[in-house]
Amino acid sequence: MADMANKAFAYAPAPESRAVVDIAPSYGLFIDGEFAEATGGKVFKTISPSTEEVLSEVAQGSAEDVDRAVKAARKAFEKWSALPGAERAKYLFRIARIIQERSRELAVLETLDNGKPIKETRDADLPLVAAHFFYYAGWADKLDHAGYGANPRPLGVAGQVIPWNFPLLMLAWKIAPALATGNTVVLKPAETTPLSALFFADICRQAGLPKGVVNIVTGDGTTGAALVAHEGVNKVAFTGSTAVGKAIARTVAGTDKKLTLELGGKGANIVFDDAPIDQAVEGIVQGIFFNQGQVCCAGSRLLVQESIQDELLDSLKRRLSTLRLGDPLDKNTDIGAINSAEQLARITELADSGEAEGAERWAPACELPENGFWFRPTLFTGVTQAHRIAREEIFGPVLSVLTFRTPGEAVAKANNSQYGLSAGIWTEKGSRMLAVASKLRAGVIWANTFNKFDPTSPFGGFKESGFGREGGRHGLEAYLDV
Amino acid sequence: MSDRLSVFKTYKLFVGGKFPRSESGRVYEVTDSKGNWLANAPLSSRKDARDAVVAARKAVGGWSGATAYNRGQVLYRVAEMLEGRRDQFVAEVDDAEGLSKAKAAAQVDAAIDRWVWYAGWTDKIGQITGGTNPVAGPFFNVSSTEPTGVVAVLAPQESSFLGLVSVIAPAIATGNTVVVVASERAPLPALSLGEVLATSDVPGGVVNVLSGRTAEITPSLAAHQDVNAIDLAGADAELAKELEIAAADNLKRVLRPQPVDWAAAPGTDRMTAFLETRTVWHPTGSLGAGGSSY
Repeated sequence: MADMANKAFAYAPAPESRAVVDIAPSYGLFIDGEFAEATGGKVFKTISPSTEEVLSEVAQGSAEDVDRAVKAARKAFEKWSALPGAERAKYLFRIARIIQERSRELAVLETLDNGKPIKETRDADLPLVAAHFFYYAGWADKLDHAGYGANPRPLGVAGQVIPWNFPLLMLAWKIAPALATGNTVVLKPAETTPLSALFFADICRQAGLPKGVVNIVTGDGTTGAALVAHEGVNKVAFTGSTAVGKAIARTVAGTDKKLTLELGGKGANIVFDDAPIDQAVEGIVQGIFFNQGQVCCAGSRLLVQESIQDELLDSLKRRLSTLRLGDPLDKNTDIGAINSAEQLARITELADSGEAEGAERWAPACELPENGFWFRPTLFTGVTQAHRIAREEIFGPVLSVLTFRTPGEAVAKANNSQYGLSAGIWTEKGSRMLAVASKLRAGVIWANTFNKFDPTSPFGGFKESGFGREGGRHGLEAYLDV
Repeated sequence: MSDRLSVFKTYKLFVGGKFPRSESGRVYEVTDSKGNWLANAPLSSRKDARDAVVAARKAVGGWSGATAYNRGQVLYRVAEMLEGRRDQFVAEVDDAEGLSKAKAAAQVDAAIDRWVWYAGWTDKIGQITGGTNPVAGPFFNVSSTEPTGVVAVLAPQESSFLGLVSVIAPAIATGNTVVVVASERAPLPALSLGEVLATSDVPGGVVNVLSGRTAEITPSLAAHQDVNAIDLAGADAELAKELEIAAADNLKRVLRPQPVDWAAAPGTDRMTAFLETRTVWHPTGSLGAGGSSY
């Protein structure tokens, strides 16, 4: 940072050791309990977005590979779904425990492959991953109590496609409820972050999970498309962009496949004039700069009551100046790397459109590393509802600030979006919070907090943010024939 | 058989995370099903019972205040620790109940699995017992359950281990703490369970185990003003009535004895028996009729 010398104290580098993780030079597909090359032997490289260093080579799964994986899952389904729930529970408890045991290794791996700060993988992603398996493990033998009638049945083979922003956590959100309810899965991790899913395959091995219950097929969008289109798949679960979600909805049209989609968002974070400013500032920062803003439920639109705009923005800018951007493995890093060159280009283009359309751009002075993909934490003021940066999901560390005068106006502006995933409300007045919450068309609403997650709490969107819920008792429904 | 002379264990109570002898200094002979001497178990006094209630009360705040997730992890840890001491418990259940080795092992396995079952309930029971209520007015109205507090438990007399676990685990899963009176004739598995709980991250005082004469100890528990509930599983009809009358003095929640197949999959009744429901009303204010926005 430019004014580092003026700071009360500086930080010495505090990197987490890479020695805890051993990445193989290449990985195959995990099908029927074995690692195997892709048919045709095609591979692609996965890199560290903070250094552009090649981490490993990964198999590019073909339609044929997807077919093998689905058949393996189908074969495994018979026995797996017939197991007593208590037995499935025990496997999932084992997996949860092994994840806890190996959590530091997996946190470092995730940081390397994704670019997010170790602080987040270590303290958010991994604890949530383990907790998710623990939670759904417990449901496996309690499905009769879940409110879906007696003895609810699984669907069959679940085809699951997950994004790169929380690779292992999204895997957990998909696999844990699917297995607990008696389904078997074929999962395709994101092209840029395949490694933690492949490490998860090893965890399945350690847990003694029967072959074919979990299959991991790496690849790009074509692999995912082959998976969701496969006629042997009974259930499709996708987390990712709204555009791809719509394409998947068209693909499964006319079939019996059950579909759940967790898509984009443009969350409104609404700050009223009676909000505690310092807490709101922390919540705003957490809302949009957590994971470099690459979060579908990010609070990417700040709606601030006009009378406190200046005070809030002064405080927010001061806070942003203290964020530390750099080596994701450094324990003091707040802002890590953007996941890919492609994503960086998308963020850059949208941010530039903000300036071009007349909003005022501000970013703290901060040096960017030479290699890798980086974007300064940025905020725009003077944003109108018509601006692209107020309408489109940027999926990066860019905050658009709008103002309002009345609660009614705040609600109208918050709801003026194709999306409806998350929202935040900051006020000391409980009745106002509840009144506003009841009018917001969003699946998750945080009051005086933001970006809180828990396996017991359902997550998912209204409108074009998708449908279906993950987490909680509600999350079981997506994998049950009900 | 080896010629080595084995080391006997002195069985002790488990109270407040420690292993005291009875304050009375008394013991009684515990024999196997054929009448052979097994050990001298503490013969708890009424004072021991009151001490155990104090320990249980002290633990309520921390245990009920722990996250449900944390309690689940702790209960699962108990299963892990028991798995490692499986052989010991099979032998003790074998001695206590005169079962075949295979039947004793089945009892112990079921008991281990029961901890796993309740470990999974800690963070789910609230989701099926609570919820929002659609009151006819501008109010947010939500009911949630919480543990009642200290539960006195009369462990089943016949099923010395599976029955014991089946009454302790549901009570503590939801955040209660317990004072459990072990099977009078076969208390050794219960006293050994204390040793497992002590090494399973269960905070001291959450489970307190007493051995002795059920009819001697339990009236003071049933009448105790700082006990919130009582599970009469191990009482005969006559004692159950006497204790239920005593329990009425401070309106303890009472779970009456009933014929239970301890080997069968349990429901949720042993958890819900010791839960209180709290309902919170909060005005929602109004933003007017509002539109039907997309």
